[in-house]
Amino acid sequence: MQENKIILNNQPLELLNGNLSSLSSKLYEYIKLRKNAIEINAEGMHYRDLNYLIKSISKTPKKIILRNISGQRYIGTKLCENVIMEIYGTPGNDLGSFMDGAEITVNGNVQDGCGNTMNRGCIMIKGSAGDILGYSMRGGKIFVRDDVGYRVGIHMKEYKENRPCIVVGGTTGDFLGEYMAGGILVILGLNLEKEKIHNIKYVGTGMHGGVIYIHGEVTHTGKEVEMKSLDESDKILLKGLVMEYCKYFNIINSNEIIKREFSKLIPVSTRPYGDLYAY
Amino acid sequence: MLKNYGNGYYVERDDDRCIRCEVCINQCTYDTHFFDSEDDVIISQDENCINCQRCVSLCPTNAITIRKKVSKYTENFHWKDESILSIKKQAETGGMILTGMGCDKPEFTYWDRILLNASQVTNPSIDPLREPMELLTFLGSKPDNLELEFEENKMSLKTELSPQLRLGIPIMFSALSYGAVSYNVHQALARAASESGTYFNTGEGGLDRRLHKYGKNAIVQVASGRFGVNPDYLDVGAAVEIKIGQGAKPGIGGHLPGEKVGPDISRTRMIPEGTDAISPAPQHDIYSIEDLRQLIYALKEATNYSKPISVKIAAVHNSAAIASGIVRAGADIVALDGVRGSTGAAPKIIRDNVGIPIELAIASVDQRLRDEGIRNKASIVIGGGIRNSGDVLKAIALGADSVYIATSALIAIGCTVCQKCYTGKCPWGIATTDPYISKRINPEIATRRLVNLLKGWSNEIKEIMGGMGINAIESIRGNRLMLRGVGLSDRELSALGIKLAGE
Repeated sequence: MQENKIILNNQPLELLNGNLSSLSSKLYEYIKLRKNAIEINAEGMHYRDLNYLIKSISKTPKKIILRNISGQRYIGTKLCENVIMEIYGTPGNDLGSFMDGAEITVNGNVQDGCGNTMNRGCIMIKGSAGDILGYSMRGGKIFVRDDVGYRVGIHMKEYKENRPCIVVGGTTGDFLGEYMAGGILVILGLNLEKEKIHNIKYVGTGMHGGVIYIHGEVTHTGKEVEMKSLDESDKILLKGLVMEYCKYFNIINSNEIIKREFSKLIPVSTRPYGDLYAY
Repeated sequence: MLKNYGNGYYVERDDDRCIRCEVCINQCTYDTHFFDSEDDVIISQDENCINCQRCVSLCPTNAITIRKKVSKYTENFHWKDESILSIKKQAETGGMILTGMGCDKPEFTYWDRILLNASQVTNPSIDPLREPMELLTFLGSKPDNLELEFEENKMSLKTELSPQLRLGIPIMFSALSYGAVSYNVHQALARAASESGTYFNTGEGGLDRRLHKYGKNAIVQVASGRFGVNPDYLDVGAAVEIKIGQGAKPGIGGHLPGEKVGPDISRTRMIPEGTDAISPAPQHDIYSIEDLRQLIYALKEATNYSKPISVKIAAVHNSAAIASGIVRAGADIVALDGVRGSTGAAPKIIRDNVGIPIELAIASVDQRLRDEGIRNKASIVIGGGIRNSGDVLKAIALGADSVYIATSALIAIGCTVCQKCYTGKCPWGIATTDPYISKRINPEIATRRLVNLLKGWSNEIKEIMGGMGINAIESIRGNRLMLRGVGLSDRELSALGIKLAGE
């Protein structure tokens, strides 16, 4: 079989069993071996074939470069640690869903549902992200250089050392951090106009855990959150995240960003709906 | 005005029989009984009694009887005690009235007005004690057609089949989340499912690591809160179910109160101890059939297309159209939960007023999928108040592939349907996470009882099938000629797709 000729870490590339792929006979046309990486040209490729290929390759950890990505969904689903992925183009919905430790860099924008129920790992987006970024994320980090859409960070939750984290360089859509049960959301507001107002509504509706740090004015929040100023531990946490953000996106004035004024949104109660019922 | 109105029961104690052993005092989690040492007498505070029958069952001298109070208010058909007491309670608290289990109103049961057929003379019945009877059921998407290959006189299947669940008996344990029920209950369900060759549903609270070994018989649920959903959880289950709705509370979410989130629940649900586990009403990444398709395929990608994906909805007015959308979105199984579907906690007003009877939902969904030529693309699993094997067979004859049972399973292990699951103080140790009370369920005994129940039902099903002259459950599926209705209007008969008895 032709595909056996692709050697990864001294072992022939084995395709996963039980999956139907029209590509297996012409793998060479899509895969290129680089010195430290495997490159896949995903032009015109169906997401199922692409993800099948990625899953097969990621069994033998190596850097994976995806080129000409245009809207393929579910890239990096359940991808494990030791995999580093670089994406060129615009990945489709649900990038990195259920992801479990991989590191993905996107050179471009991402669509909706990125980091859905993500467990561990890191996604860096050199562009903007669509709606429902990090839905129910329970670990790992997502960095977005520019803006994000609606319903970002909904239902994020944390457990012990798993503390998910989303850092957004620009501004967001409505319903930020809705039903948030844990984790950290940072909105840097770098691209805000002079008035420094985020044009967003319903921030933190139903929030009962976690924290949102935001630079710029928020006028419309859910009744379940209160706004506080940052204490020392917040500042240390924020500084670390900002430095990381600046490192990933080659921004040199990290100190200037840290010095800006941030406010902190935290839930009023860990039990926002405790008094709804008559027992 | 602040008087405790109680639950409408009073405890009668035969003092001659009472030996002051205090079992009732120790067993009651609602502090109904207490011992007055001065007078050497056990007194009961009736208003605390929920009529769970725990003390009655365990009293060694049968000294206790619990009686329902005759209406305390002037009798009124329209203004029943329930309505009056609810209003009084709400006037005091301003809250929504909570309840547990399924709708308890008399109007919505069609099973009792549907009758099964049997053969007489013209086609002989089959003796299930002598002849093999086939209950084997496969759940999952079936191909439109089969392609076969012949090579050297050997036949092989060319069509690639979709993943299937293999059920030895067309009954599965419905979703009971860990947190709503205790670990021992979850364990018993898992073990009974694995022993009986069927499946249990984890519910939306994740699966405790200790139970991962029963994963081959687990349907793992993914709901709006995504509690306990991680790669291991998806890997370990035999199928994944996306929970959109629940029969007891269509359209609304759920809150597991913080008090119930102890160390084990916290670890399994992956949330801090003591915080509310809130499942929002919709899954906020699913606002359309297209969005649903996205999650279905995300889960298929995550499981390498090796597991059937089920979508569970509450039976509501447009179930047929919704089910059609769900099938077209790529689901392998559609799970329908009727108005009688149970819950650990739901606002009573929603439990009793929202949704439609499962009988009508099965008939309309099955018919719609047939009319559209996509019935083979997904299996239908139904639930919501299945009380016996007769209900199971009627459901299958109406068009279901398999049924979910939960209340019946809980009754098998002790539940008396007192409807107080939401308090977390279940005296039978079922709907609780209290480590002391949950010990009341012995997983060994509970497993045995569940296995027995399934065995009894499966024998009954075989017996009825034999009587019909049918030896495979497959031949009853959607076979509405085996059903007749009594006391139903023409419109109801046509909605159910069955004839009047005698026709």
